[in-house]
Amino acid sequence: MSTIALNTSSAIGNAAAADTGAPVRIAVKNLNFYYGDFRSLKDISIDFYDRQVTALIGPSGCGKSTLLRTFNRIYSLYPEQRADGQILLDGQNVLSPSIDVNELRARVGMVFQKPTPFPMSIYDNIAFGIRLYEKLPKSELDGRVEEALRKAALWDEAKDKLRQSGMGLSGGQQQRLCIARTIAQRPEVILLDEPTSALDPISTGKIEELIEQLRSEFTIVIVTHNMQQAARISQFTAFMYLGELVEFGPTTRMFMNPTKKQTQDYITGRFG
Amino acid sequence: MDTAVYDQAPTVAHAPWGRVRRSRYLADRVLKITCTLFTLLGAFVLGWILLMLLVEGIGGLSPAVFTQTTPGPGTEGGGIANAIVGSLVLTTLGIVVATPIGVLAGTYLAEYGKGSALATVIRFVNDILLAAPSILIGLFVYILMVQPMGGYSGWAGGVALAIIAIPVIVRSTEDMLRLVPGSLREAGAALGAPMSKVIVAISWKAARAGMVTGVILATARIAGETAPLLFTALNNTFWFSPTLMGGVSNLPVTIYQFALAPYANWRELAWAGALIITLSILALSVVARLLLSKDKAR
Repeated sequence: MSTIALNTSSAIGNAAAADTGAPVRIAVKNLNFYYGDFRSLKDISIDFYDRQVTALIGPSGCGKSTLLRTFNRIYSLYPEQRADGQILLDGQNVLSPSIDVNELRARVGMVFQKPTPFPMSIYDNIAFGIRLYEKLPKSELDGRVEEALRKAALWDEAKDKLRQSGMGLSGGQQQRLCIARTIAQRPEVILLDEPTSALDPISTGKIEELIEQLRSEFTIVIVTHNMQQAARISQFTAFMYLGELVEFGPTTRMFMNPTKKQTQDYITGRFG
Repeated sequence: MDTAVYDQAPTVAHAPWGRVRRSRYLADRVLKITCTLFTLLGAFVLGWILLMLLVEGIGGLSPAVFTQTTPGPGTEGGGIANAIVGSLVLTTLGIVVATPIGVLAGTYLAEYGKGSALATVIRFVNDILLAAPSILIGLFVYILMVQPMGGYSGWAGGVALAIIAIPVIVRSTEDMLRLVPGSLREAGAALGAPMSKVIVAISWKAARAGMVTGVILATARIAGETAPLLFTALNNTFWFSPTLMGGVSNLPVTIYQFALAPYANWRELAWAGALIITLSILALSVVARLLLSKDKAR
Protein backbone atom coordinates (compact mmCIF):
# COMPACT_ATOMS: atom_id res chain seq x y z
CA MET A 1 0.00 0.00 0.00
CA SER A 2 2.73 2.45 0.88
CA THR A 3 4.23 2.16 -2.59
CA ILE A 4 1.47 4.36 -3.96
CA ALA A 5 2.84 7.28 -2.02
CA LEU A 6 5.85 7.20 -4.30
CA ASN A 7 3.62 8.12 -7.23
CA THR A 8 2.43 11.36 -5.76
CA SER A 9 3.45 14.34 -7.69
CA SER A 10 3.51 17.13 -5.21
CA ALA A 11 5.35 17.86 -2.04
CA ILE A 12 2.02 18.80 -0.49
CA GLY A 13 0.60 15.42 -1.39
CA ASN A 14 3.60 13.55 -0.05
CA ALA A 15 3.30 15.15 3.32
CA ALA A 16 -0.27 13.89 3.57
CA ALA A 17 0.39 10.43 2.25
CA ALA A 18 2.75 9.74 5.08
CA ASP A 19 -0.22 9.75 7.44
CA THR A 20 -2.29 6.92 5.95
CA GLY A 21 -1.61 3.76 4.10
CA ALA A 22 -4.41 4.44 1.62
CA PRO A 23 -3.44 4.22 -2.04
CA VAL A 24 -3.96 7.19 -4.33
CA ARG A 25 -7.17 7.03 -6.36
CA ILE A 26 -7.00 10.32 -8.18
CA ALA A 27 -3.73 12.08 -8.85
CA VAL A 28 -4.02 15.63 -10.16
CA LYS A 29 -0.89 16.99 -11.80
CA ASN A 30 -0.31 20.57 -12.90
CA LEU A 31 -3.95 21.20 -13.59
CA ASN A 32 -4.98 24.53 -15.08
CA PHE A 33 -8.55 25.54 -15.78
CA TYR A 34 -9.92 28.31 -17.94
CA TYR A 35 -13.29 30.02 -18.21
CA GLY A 36 -12.72 31.61 -21.60
CA ASP A 37 -9.55 33.60 -21.05
CA PHE A 38 -9.79 33.61 -17.28
CA ARG A 39 -7.49 31.13 -15.59
CA SER A 40 -9.35 29.95 -12.55
CA LEU A 41 -7.17 27.03 -11.44
CA LYS A 42 -3.44 27.54 -11.32
CA ASP A 43 -1.13 24.60 -11.55
CA ILE A 44 -2.96 22.39 -9.07
CA SER A 45 -1.28 19.16 -7.99
CA ILE A 46 -2.99 17.06 -5.37
CA ASP A 47 -3.73 13.42 -4.59
CA PHE A 48 -6.98 11.91 -3.40
CA TYR A 49 -6.77 8.73 -1.40
CA ASP A 50 -8.78 5.61 -1.89
CA ARG A 51 -11.85 5.29 0.34
CA GLN A 52 -11.11 8.48 2.19
CA VAL A 53 -13.19 11.64 2.38
CA THR A 54 -11.33 14.69 1.16
CA ALA A 55 -12.87 18.09 1.81
CA LEU A 56 -12.16 21.08 -0.43
CA ILE A 57 -12.53 24.31 1.49
CA GLY A 58 -11.88 27.95 0.72
CA PRO A 59 -13.73 31.23 0.24
CA SER A 60 -16.26 31.68 -2.58
CA GLY A 61 -14.65 31.81 -5.99
CA CYS A 62 -11.46 30.08 -4.88
CA GLY A 63 -11.92 27.30 -7.44
CA LYS A 64 -12.97 24.39 -5.23
CA SER A 65 -16.14 23.62 -7.22
CA THR A 66 -14.24 24.18 -10.44
CA LEU A 67 -11.67 21.60 -9.35
CA LEU A 68 -14.41 19.14 -8.43
CA ARG A 69 -16.06 19.62 -11.84
CA THR A 70 -12.90 18.61 -13.67
CA PHE A 71 -12.87 15.07 -12.24
CA ASN A 72 -15.93 13.98 -14.24
CA ARG A 73 -15.38 16.56 -16.97
CA ILE A 74 -18.85 17.92 -16.40
CA TYR A 75 -17.40 21.34 -17.32
CA SER A 76 -17.13 20.13 -20.91
CA LEU A 77 -20.89 20.69 -21.30
CA TYR A 78 -19.91 24.33 -21.67
CA PRO A 79 -17.74 24.97 -24.73
CA GLU A 80 -15.98 28.02 -23.27
CA GLN A 81 -14.53 26.01 -20.36
CA ARG A 82 -11.37 23.94 -20.68
CA ALA A 83 -8.72 22.27 -18.58
CA ASP A 84 -5.12 21.24 -19.18
CA GLY A 85 -2.75 19.14 -17.16
CA GLN A 86 -3.40 15.63 -15.90
CA ILE A 87 -6.00 13.99 -13.75
CA LEU A 88 -5.04 10.36 -13.30
CA LEU A 89 -7.84 8.04 -12.23
CA ASP A 90 -6.20 4.69 -11.58
CA GLY A 91 -3.38 5.79 -13.85
CA GLN A 92 -5.61 6.88 -16.77
CA ASN A 93 -5.62 10.57 -17.66
CA VAL A 94 -9.32 11.46 -17.67
CA LEU A 95 -8.61 14.72 -19.51
CA SER A 96 -7.35 12.77 -22.50
CA PRO A 97 -9.62 13.12 -25.55
CA SER A 98 -9.63 9.33 -25.94
CA ILE A 99 -11.59 8.92 -22.70
CA ASP A 100 -15.33 8.54 -23.23
CA VAL A 101 -16.85 11.20 -20.96
CA ASN A 102 -20.06 9.28 -20.41
CA GLU A 103 -18.19 6.21 -19.28
CA LEU A 104 -16.03 8.39 -17.07
CA ARG A 105 -19.13 9.90 -15.47
CA ALA A 106 -20.51 6.48 -14.71
CA ARG A 107 -17.30 5.79 -12.77
CA VAL A 108 -17.12 9.20 -11.13
CA GLY A 109 -20.54 10.11 -9.74
CA MET A 110 -21.60 13.60 -8.73
CA VAL A 111 -24.17 15.08 -6.36
CA PHE A 112 -25.00 18.75 -6.64
CA GLN A 113 -25.76 21.58 -4.26
CA LYS A 114 -29.46 21.68 -5.00
CA PRO A 115 -31.26 18.35 -5.04
CA THR A 116 -31.98 17.43 -8.67
CA PRO A 117 -34.58 14.65 -8.72
CA PHE A 118 -35.64 13.84 -12.27
CA PRO A 119 -39.32 14.31 -13.13
CA MET A 120 -40.09 10.60 -12.78
CA SER A 121 -40.82 8.07 -10.07
CA ILE A 122 -38.43 7.36 -7.21
CA TYR A 123 -37.79 3.93 -8.71
CA ASP A 124 -37.06 5.33 -12.18
CA ASN A 125 -34.79 8.00 -10.72
CA ILE A 126 -32.57 5.28 -9.29
CA ALA A 127 -32.90 2.94 -12.26
CA PHE A 128 -32.06 5.73 -14.74
CA GLY A 129 -28.32 5.51 -14.24
CA ILE A 130 -28.25 1.72 -14.03
CA ARG A 131 -30.23 1.29 -17.25
CA LEU A 132 -27.77 3.50 -19.12
CA TYR A 133 -25.00 0.96 -18.82
CA GLU A 134 -26.50 -2.36 -17.75
CA LYS A 135 -29.34 -4.45 -19.12
CA LEU A 136 -30.72 -6.20 -16.07
CA PRO A 137 -33.75 -8.42 -15.64
CA LYS A 138 -36.52 -6.80 -13.60
CA SER A 139 -35.83 -8.73 -10.40
CA GLU A 140 -32.16 -7.83 -10.42
CA LEU A 141 -32.93 -4.19 -11.15
CA ASP A 142 -35.38 -4.16 -8.23
CA GLY A 143 -32.59 -5.48 -6.05
CA ARG A 144 -30.17 -2.81 -7.20
CA VAL A 145 -32.71 -0.06 -6.57
CA GLU A 146 -33.38 -1.38 -3.06
CA GLU A 147 -29.68 -1.72 -2.35
CA ALA A 148 -29.01 1.87 -3.43
CA LEU A 149 -31.91 3.23 -1.39
CA ARG A 150 -30.77 1.29 1.67
CA LYS A 151 -27.22 2.54 1.32
CA ALA A 152 -28.54 6.08 1.02
CA ALA A 153 -30.64 5.57 4.17
CA LEU A 154 -33.81 6.29 2.25
CA TRP A 155 -35.32 2.82 1.96
CA ASP A 156 -37.55 2.98 5.03
CA GLU A 157 -39.03 6.30 3.97
CA ALA A 158 -39.40 5.46 0.28
CA LYS A 159 -40.18 1.74 0.07
CA ASP A 160 -43.96 2.27 0.02
CA LYS A 161 -43.89 4.99 -2.62
CA LEU A 162 -41.38 3.82 -5.18
CA ARG A 163 -43.87 4.59 -7.97
CA GLN A 164 -44.51 8.12 -6.80
CA SER A 165 -42.68 11.11 -8.22
CA GLY A 166 -39.27 11.85 -6.78
CA MET A 167 -40.24 15.54 -6.81
CA GLY A 168 -42.71 14.88 -3.99
CA LEU A 169 -39.98 14.13 -1.42
CA SER A 170 -38.65 16.68 1.06
CA GLY A 171 -35.42 18.51 0.27
CA GLY A 172 -33.32 16.24 2.47
CA GLN A 173 -34.95 13.11 1.05
CA GLN A 174 -34.43 14.42 -2.49
CA GLN A 175 -30.75 14.86 -1.78
CA ARG A 176 -30.50 11.30 -0.43
CA LEU A 177 -32.37 10.16 -3.55
CA CYS A 178 -29.69 11.85 -5.65
CA ILE A 179 -26.98 10.11 -3.62
CA ALA A 180 -28.81 6.79 -4.05
CA ARG A 181 -29.05 7.43 -7.79
CA THR A 182 -25.32 8.01 -7.91
CA ILE A 183 -24.27 4.98 -5.87
CA ALA A 184 -26.69 2.73 -7.76
CA GLN A 185 -24.29 2.97 -10.68
CA ARG A 186 -21.52 1.60 -8.44
CA PRO A 187 -19.02 4.35 -9.19
CA GLU A 188 -15.50 4.42 -7.81
CA VAL A 189 -15.48 8.04 -6.84
CA ILE A 190 -18.29 10.26 -5.57
CA LEU A 191 -18.06 14.02 -5.95
CA LEU A 192 -20.23 16.08 -3.64
CA ASP A 193 -20.64 19.77 -4.45
CA GLU A 194 -21.87 21.44 -1.26
CA PRO A 195 -24.48 18.71 -0.85
CA THR A 196 -25.96 20.08 2.38
CA SER A 197 -25.93 23.84 1.83
CA ALA A 198 -29.60 23.83 0.79
CA LEU A 199 -30.70 21.57 3.66
CA ASP A 200 -31.82 22.02 7.27
CA PRO A 201 -29.59 20.85 10.15
CA ILE A 202 -31.38 17.52 10.65
CA SER A 203 -31.17 16.57 6.97
CA THR A 204 -27.55 17.75 6.99
CA GLY A 205 -26.82 15.43 9.90
CA LYS A 206 -28.31 12.49 8.02
CA ILE A 207 -26.27 13.20 4.91
CA GLU A 208 -23.10 13.51 6.98
CA GLU A 209 -23.77 10.16 8.65
CA LEU A 210 -24.34 8.72 5.23
CA ILE A 211 -21.04 10.07 3.89
CA GLU A 212 -19.28 8.43 6.85
CA GLN A 213 -20.83 5.07 5.89
CA LEU A 214 -20.18 5.43 2.17
CA ARG A 215 -16.49 5.95 2.83
CA SER A 216 -15.99 2.21 3.25
CA GLU A 217 -16.83 1.70 -0.41
CA PHE A 218 -16.17 4.91 -2.29
CA THR A 219 -13.53 7.57 -2.62
CA ILE A 220 -15.31 10.79 -1.73
CA VAL A 221 -14.43 14.38 -2.55
CA ILE A 222 -16.67 17.01 -1.00
CA VAL A 223 -16.76 20.76 -1.53
CA THR A 224 -18.06 22.55 1.52
CA HIS A 225 -18.40 26.07 2.82
CA ASN A 226 -18.89 24.77 6.30
CA MET A 227 -15.59 24.25 8.08
CA GLN A 228 -17.14 22.35 10.96
CA GLN A 229 -18.53 19.97 8.38
CA ALA A 230 -15.12 19.50 6.82
CA ALA A 231 -13.67 18.83 10.26
CA ARG A 232 -16.45 16.37 11.14
CA ILE A 233 -16.55 14.20 8.07
CA SER A 234 -13.25 14.32 6.21
CA GLN A 235 -9.93 12.58 6.65
CA PHE A 236 -8.13 15.01 4.39
CA THR A 237 -8.67 18.69 3.77
CA ALA A 238 -7.42 20.90 0.97
CA PHE A 239 -7.55 24.64 1.40
CA MET A 240 -7.76 26.65 -1.79
CA TYR A 241 -7.51 30.36 -2.37
CA LEU A 242 -7.71 32.37 -5.60
CA GLY A 243 -7.36 29.31 -7.80
CA GLU A 244 -4.38 27.91 -6.00
CA LEU A 245 -4.00 25.01 -3.63
CA VAL A 246 -2.62 26.61 -0.50
CA GLU A 247 -2.38 23.63 1.80
CA PHE A 248 -3.37 20.00 1.85
CA GLY A 249 -3.11 17.46 4.61
CA PRO A 250 -4.89 15.21 7.08
CA THR A 251 -7.92 17.07 8.40
CA THR A 252 -6.86 16.95 12.05
CA ARG A 253 -3.51 18.49 11.29
CA MET A 254 -5.02 21.08 8.94
CA PHE A 255 -7.35 22.28 11.66
CA MET A 256 -5.09 21.84 14.68
CA ASN A 257 -1.81 22.88 13.22
CA PRO A 258 -1.91 24.47 9.76
CA THR A 259 1.47 25.34 8.35
CA LYS A 260 0.39 28.25 6.17
CA LYS A 261 -0.77 31.51 7.66
CA GLN A 262 -3.58 31.86 5.05
CA THR A 263 -5.01 28.51 6.10
CA GLN A 264 -4.87 29.48 9.75
CA ASP A 265 -6.58 32.80 9.00
CA TYR A 266 -9.32 31.12 7.03
CA ILE A 267 -10.16 28.33 9.46
CA THR A 268 -10.17 30.73 12.37
CA GLY A 269 -12.60 32.92 10.49
CA ARG A 270 -10.36 35.88 9.92
CA PHE A 271 -11.37 36.08 6.25
CA GLY A 272 -13.47 34.26 3.74
CA MET B 1 -20.78 50.78 14.79
CA ASP B 2 -19.54 54.32 14.62
CA THR B 3 -20.59 56.11 17.78
CA ALA B 4 -20.17 59.51 16.17
CA VAL B 5 -23.38 58.89 14.26
CA TYR B 6 -25.31 58.54 17.49
CA ASP B 7 -23.75 61.66 18.94
CA GLN B 8 -25.03 63.71 16.06
CA ALA B 9 -28.40 62.06 15.73
CA PRO B 10 -30.40 64.35 18.06
CA THR B 11 -29.29 67.46 16.18
CA VAL B 12 -30.90 66.20 12.96
CA ALA B 13 -34.56 67.17 12.95
CA HIS B 14 -37.01 64.34 12.24
CA ALA B 15 -38.77 64.59 8.93
CA PRO B 16 -42.18 66.25 9.48
CA TRP B 17 -45.37 64.31 8.88
CA GLY B 18 -47.55 65.20 5.91
CA ARG B 19 -44.74 65.45 3.41
CA VAL B 20 -46.46 63.16 0.94
CA ARG B 21 -48.35 65.57 -1.24
CA ARG B 22 -52.01 65.04 -2.06
CA SER B 23 -51.19 65.05 -5.77
CA ARG B 24 -49.33 61.80 -5.29
CA TYR B 25 -52.42 60.09 -3.92
CA LEU B 26 -54.41 61.59 -6.77
CA ALA B 27 -51.95 60.28 -9.40
CA ASP B 28 -52.16 56.88 -7.71
CA ARG B 29 -55.94 56.80 -7.97
CA VAL B 30 -56.00 58.11 -11.54
CA LEU B 31 -53.69 55.34 -12.76
CA LYS B 32 -55.62 52.67 -10.90
CA ILE B 33 -58.98 53.84 -12.27
CA THR B 34 -57.64 54.21 -15.82
CA CYS B 35 -56.16 50.71 -15.81
CA THR B 36 -59.39 49.24 -14.44
CA LEU B 37 -61.50 51.07 -17.03
CA PHE B 38 -59.46 49.85 -19.96
CA THR B 39 -59.45 46.32 -18.62
CA LEU B 40 -63.23 46.46 -18.39
CA LEU B 41 -63.39 47.87 -21.93
CA GLY B 42 -61.39 44.90 -23.25
CA ALA B 43 -63.48 42.44 -21.29
CA PHE B 44 -66.67 44.18 -22.46
CA VAL B 45 -65.78 43.82 -26.14
CA LEU B 46 -64.92 40.16 -25.65
CA GLY B 47 -68.10 39.60 -23.65
CA TRP B 48 -70.14 41.34 -26.34
CA ILE B 49 -68.72 39.10 -29.07
CA LEU B 50 -69.37 35.97 -27.02
CA LEU B 51 -72.89 37.11 -26.14
CA MET B 52 -73.74 37.89 -29.76
CA LEU B 53 -72.40 34.51 -30.79
CA LEU B 54 -74.44 32.76 -28.14
CA VAL B 55 -77.66 34.65 -28.88
CA GLU B 56 -77.43 34.31 -32.65
CA GLY B 57 -75.66 30.97 -32.77
CA ILE B 58 -77.75 28.94 -30.38
CA GLY B 59 -80.87 29.71 -32.46
CA GLY B 60 -79.12 28.22 -35.47
CA LEU B 61 -77.96 25.06 -33.68
CA SER B 62 -80.02 22.01 -34.52
CA PRO B 63 -79.29 18.34 -35.18
CA ALA B 64 -79.33 19.13 -38.88
CA VAL B 65 -76.30 21.40 -38.44
CA PHE B 66 -74.23 18.36 -37.53
CA THR B 67 -75.82 15.88 -39.95
CA GLN B 68 -76.56 17.67 -43.21
CA THR B 69 -74.22 19.21 -45.73
CA THR B 70 -74.16 22.87 -46.69
CA PRO B 71 -77.29 23.87 -48.61
CA GLY B 72 -77.17 25.21 -52.15
CA PRO B 73 -78.41 28.70 -52.97
CA GLY B 74 -82.13 29.06 -52.41
CA THR B 75 -82.61 25.66 -50.79
CA GLU B 76 -84.12 25.43 -47.35
CA GLY B 77 -82.47 24.00 -44.21
CA GLY B 78 -79.16 22.21 -44.52
CA GLY B 79 -76.26 21.90 -42.13
CA ILE B 80 -72.51 22.27 -41.99
CA ALA B 81 -71.51 18.67 -41.27
CA ASN B 82 -69.11 18.61 -44.22
CA ALA B 83 -67.48 21.86 -43.06
CA ILE B 84 -67.08 20.60 -39.48
CA VAL B 85 -65.51 17.34 -40.59
CA GLY B 86 -63.37 19.16 -43.17
CA SER B 87 -62.08 21.57 -40.55
CA LEU B 88 -61.25 18.68 -38.24
CA VAL B 89 -59.36 16.95 -41.04
CA LEU B 90 -57.44 20.08 -42.11
CA THR B 91 -56.56 21.08 -38.56
CA THR B 92 -55.43 17.57 -37.69
CA LEU B 93 -53.36 17.39 -40.86
CA GLY B 94 -51.77 20.75 -40.10
CA ILE B 95 -50.93 19.89 -36.50
CA VAL B 96 -49.63 16.42 -37.37
CA VAL B 97 -47.22 17.96 -39.86
CA ALA B 98 -46.27 20.91 -37.63
CA THR B 99 -45.75 19.14 -34.30
CA PRO B 100 -42.64 17.07 -35.07
CA ILE B 101 -41.03 19.91 -37.02
CA GLY B 102 -41.86 22.49 -34.37
CA VAL B 103 -40.87 20.35 -31.39
CA LEU B 104 -37.58 19.25 -32.92
CA ALA B 105 -36.67 22.75 -34.10
CA GLY B 106 -37.55 24.17 -30.68
CA THR B 107 -35.40 21.46 -29.10
CA TYR B 108 -32.51 22.41 -31.36
CA LEU B 109 -32.81 26.06 -30.35
CA ALA B 110 -33.01 25.33 -26.63
CA GLU B 111 -30.61 22.41 -26.31
CA TYR B 112 -28.14 22.03 -29.16
CA GLY B 113 -27.99 25.47 -30.73
CA LYS B 114 -28.37 27.65 -27.65
CA GLY B 115 -25.84 30.43 -28.18
CA SER B 116 -24.83 29.59 -31.75
CA ALA B 117 -25.15 32.03 -34.62
CA LEU B 118 -27.36 29.60 -36.54
CA ALA B 119 -29.79 29.39 -33.63
CA THR B 120 -29.91 33.18 -33.36
CA VAL B 121 -30.78 33.48 -37.05
CA ILE B 122 -33.41 30.73 -36.87
CA ARG B 123 -34.98 32.31 -33.79
CA PHE B 124 -35.17 35.66 -35.59
CA VAL B 125 -36.69 34.15 -38.74
CA ASN B 126 -39.12 32.16 -36.63
CA ASP B 127 -40.31 35.34 -34.92
CA ILE B 128 -40.90 36.90 -38.34
CA LEU B 129 -42.86 33.85 -39.44
CA LEU B 130 -44.86 34.06 -36.22
CA ALA B 131 -46.02 37.53 -37.21
CA ALA B 132 -46.35 36.90 -40.97
CA PRO B 133 -49.75 37.76 -42.47
CA SER B 134 -51.54 34.46 -42.95
CA ILE B 135 -52.78 35.44 -46.42
CA LEU B 136 -49.13 35.48 -47.56
CA ILE B 137 -48.71 31.94 -46.33
CA GLY B 138 -51.81 30.96 -48.30
CA LEU B 139 -50.32 32.52 -51.45
CA PHE B 140 -46.99 30.84 -50.81
CA VAL B 141 -48.57 27.39 -50.60
CA TYR B 142 -50.72 28.22 -53.65
CA ILE B 143 -47.55 28.65 -55.69
CA LEU B 144 -45.78 25.78 -53.95
CA MET B 145 -48.53 23.16 -54.17
CA VAL B 146 -51.80 24.25 -55.75
CA GLN B 147 -50.31 25.36 -59.07
CA PRO B 148 -48.00 22.36 -59.59
CA MET B 149 -50.72 19.93 -58.51
CA GLY B 150 -53.19 21.57 -60.81
CA GLY B 151 -55.88 22.36 -58.28
CA TYR B 152 -56.98 23.08 -54.78
CA SER B 153 -56.57 20.32 -52.24
CA GLY B 154 -56.85 19.49 -48.56
CA TRP B 155 -53.16 18.63 -48.59
CA ALA B 156 -52.29 22.18 -49.57
CA GLY B 157 -54.65 23.45 -46.87
CA GLY B 158 -53.02 21.23 -44.26
CA VAL B 159 -49.54 22.42 -45.25
CA ALA B 160 -50.62 26.07 -45.11
CA LEU B 161 -52.05 25.55 -41.62
CA ALA B 162 -48.88 23.69 -40.60
CA ILE B 163 -46.74 26.65 -41.68
CA ILE B 164 -48.83 28.85 -39.39
CA ALA B 165 -48.55 26.39 -36.49
CA ILE B 166 -44.83 25.65 -36.76
CA PRO B 167 -43.48 28.97 -35.43
CA VAL B 168 -45.96 28.85 -32.55
CA ILE B 169 -44.78 25.36 -31.56
CA VAL B 170 -41.09 26.20 -32.08
CA ARG B 171 -41.41 29.19 -29.80
CA SER B 172 -43.37 27.46 -27.06
CA THR B 173 -41.13 24.39 -27.12
CA GLU B 174 -38.00 26.50 -26.83
CA ASP B 175 -39.46 28.65 -24.06
CA MET B 176 -40.60 25.64 -22.07
CA LEU B 177 -37.28 23.82 -22.44
CA ARG B 178 -35.44 26.93 -21.30
CA LEU B 179 -37.42 26.81 -18.08
CA VAL B 180 -35.92 23.40 -17.31
CA PRO B 181 -33.10 24.15 -14.86
CA GLY B 182 -29.60 23.54 -16.19
CA SER B 183 -28.84 21.66 -12.98
CA LEU B 184 -31.21 18.91 -14.10
CA ARG B 185 -29.30 18.50 -17.37
CA GLU B 186 -26.00 18.47 -15.48
CA ALA B 187 -27.36 15.82 -13.13
CA GLY B 188 -28.33 13.66 -16.10
CA ALA B 189 -24.96 14.15 -17.76
CA ALA B 190 -23.22 13.42 -14.44
CA LEU B 191 -24.72 9.92 -14.53
CA GLY B 192 -23.09 9.37 -17.88
CA ALA B 193 -26.19 9.92 -19.97
CA PRO B 194 -25.50 11.09 -23.52
CA MET B 195 -27.11 14.37 -24.53
CA SER B 196 -29.85 12.68 -26.55
CA LYS B 197 -30.91 10.71 -23.48
CA VAL B 198 -30.83 13.80 -21.26
CA ILE B 199 -33.06 15.65 -23.73
CA VAL B 200 -35.59 12.88 -24.31
CA ALA B 201 -35.80 11.38 -20.83
CA ILE B 202 -35.23 14.46 -18.69
CA SER B 203 -35.70 17.81 -20.46
CA TRP B 204 -38.75 16.78 -22.49
CA LYS B 205 -40.26 15.06 -19.51
CA ALA B 206 -39.75 18.09 -17.29
CA ALA B 207 -41.19 20.44 -19.92
CA ARG B 208 -43.89 18.05 -21.12
CA ALA B 209 -46.97 19.93 -19.89
CA GLY B 210 -45.78 23.22 -21.34
CA MET B 211 -44.87 21.64 -24.66
CA VAL B 212 -48.26 19.93 -24.98
CA THR B 213 -49.92 23.22 -24.09
CA GLY B 214 -48.00 24.90 -26.90
CA VAL B 215 -49.29 22.32 -29.39
CA ILE B 216 -52.84 22.75 -28.13
CA LEU B 217 -52.66 26.52 -28.43
CA ALA B 218 -51.26 26.14 -31.96
CA THR B 219 -54.22 23.89 -32.75
CA ALA B 220 -56.58 26.56 -31.46
CA ARG B 221 -54.77 29.12 -33.56
CA ILE B 222 -55.07 27.25 -36.88
CA ALA B 223 -58.60 25.96 -36.26
CA GLY B 224 -59.95 29.44 -36.94
CA GLU B 225 -57.61 30.50 -39.76
CA THR B 226 -59.43 31.56 -42.92
CA ALA B 227 -56.98 33.38 -45.17
CA PRO B 228 -54.48 30.55 -45.73
CA LEU B 229 -57.35 28.23 -46.72
CA LEU B 230 -58.78 30.60 -49.34
CA PHE B 231 -55.86 29.85 -51.66
CA THR B 232 -55.33 26.22 -50.77
CA ALA B 233 -58.24 24.08 -49.59
CA LEU B 234 -60.75 26.63 -50.82
CA ASN B 235 -64.12 25.23 -49.81
CA ASN B 236 -66.72 22.74 -50.97
CA THR B 237 -70.47 22.71 -50.58
CA PHE B 238 -70.55 18.92 -50.76
CA TRP B 239 -68.65 16.14 -49.06
CA PHE B 240 -65.04 16.43 -50.12
CA SER B 241 -63.10 13.65 -51.82
CA PRO B 242 -61.53 11.13 -49.43
CA THR B 243 -58.24 11.66 -51.29
CA LEU B 244 -58.48 15.33 -50.20
CA MET B 245 -57.96 16.38 -53.83
CA GLY B 246 -60.12 19.29 -54.93
CA GLY B 247 -61.72 21.76 -52.55
CA VAL B 248 -62.23 20.65 -48.97
CA SER B 249 -65.11 22.16 -47.07
CA ASN B 250 -64.17 23.90 -43.82
CA LEU B 251 -65.77 26.10 -41.20
CA PRO B 252 -63.87 29.38 -41.51
CA VAL B 253 -64.36 29.76 -45.27
CA THR B 254 -67.97 28.54 -45.00
CA ILE B 255 -68.63 31.20 -42.35
CA TYR B 256 -66.97 33.80 -44.55
CA GLN B 257 -69.15 32.88 -47.56
CA PHE B 258 -72.40 32.24 -45.72
CA ALA B 259 -72.27 35.33 -43.53
CA LEU B 260 -72.37 37.59 -46.60
CA ALA B 261 -75.10 35.60 -48.36
CA PRO B 262 -78.62 36.90 -49.04
CA TYR B 263 -80.23 33.71 -47.66
CA ALA B 264 -81.44 33.64 -44.04
CA ASN B 265 -80.64 29.95 -43.55
CA TRP B 266 -77.04 30.51 -44.74
CA ARG B 267 -76.54 33.37 -42.31
CA GLU B 268 -78.00 31.29 -39.52
CA LEU B 269 -75.60 28.44 -40.34
CA ALA B 270 -72.71 30.94 -40.37
CA TRP B 271 -73.62 31.98 -36.82
CA ALA B 272 -73.86 28.34 -35.74
CA GLY B 273 -70.47 27.59 -37.32
CA ALA B 274 -68.88 30.59 -35.63
CA LEU B 275 -70.26 29.46 -32.28
CA ILE B 276 -68.95 25.92 -32.79
CA ILE B 277 -65.45 27.14 -33.69
CA THR B 278 -65.34 29.56 -30.78
CA LEU B 279 -66.48 26.99 -28.27
CA SER B 280 -63.96 24.46 -29.59
CA ILE B 281 -61.11 26.96 -29.29
CA LEU B 282 -62.32 27.92 -25.82
CA ALA B 283 -62.36 24.26 -24.82
CA LEU B 284 -58.81 23.78 -26.15
CA SER B 285 -57.60 26.80 -24.19
CA VAL B 286 -59.24 25.52 -21.02
CA VAL B 287 -57.58 22.12 -21.48
CA ALA B 288 -54.24 23.87 -22.00
CA ARG B 289 -54.71 25.88 -18.80
CA LEU B 290 -55.70 22.83 -16.80
CA LEU B 291 -52.64 20.95 -18.01
CA LEU B 292 -50.35 23.79 -16.98
CA SER B 293 -51.91 24.32 -13.56
CA LYS B 294 -51.91 20.60 -12.87
CA ASP B 295 -48.23 20.53 -13.71
CA LYS B 296 -47.49 23.43 -11.36
CA ALA B 297 -49.34 21.73 -8.52
CA ARG B 298 -47.24 18.63 -8.92
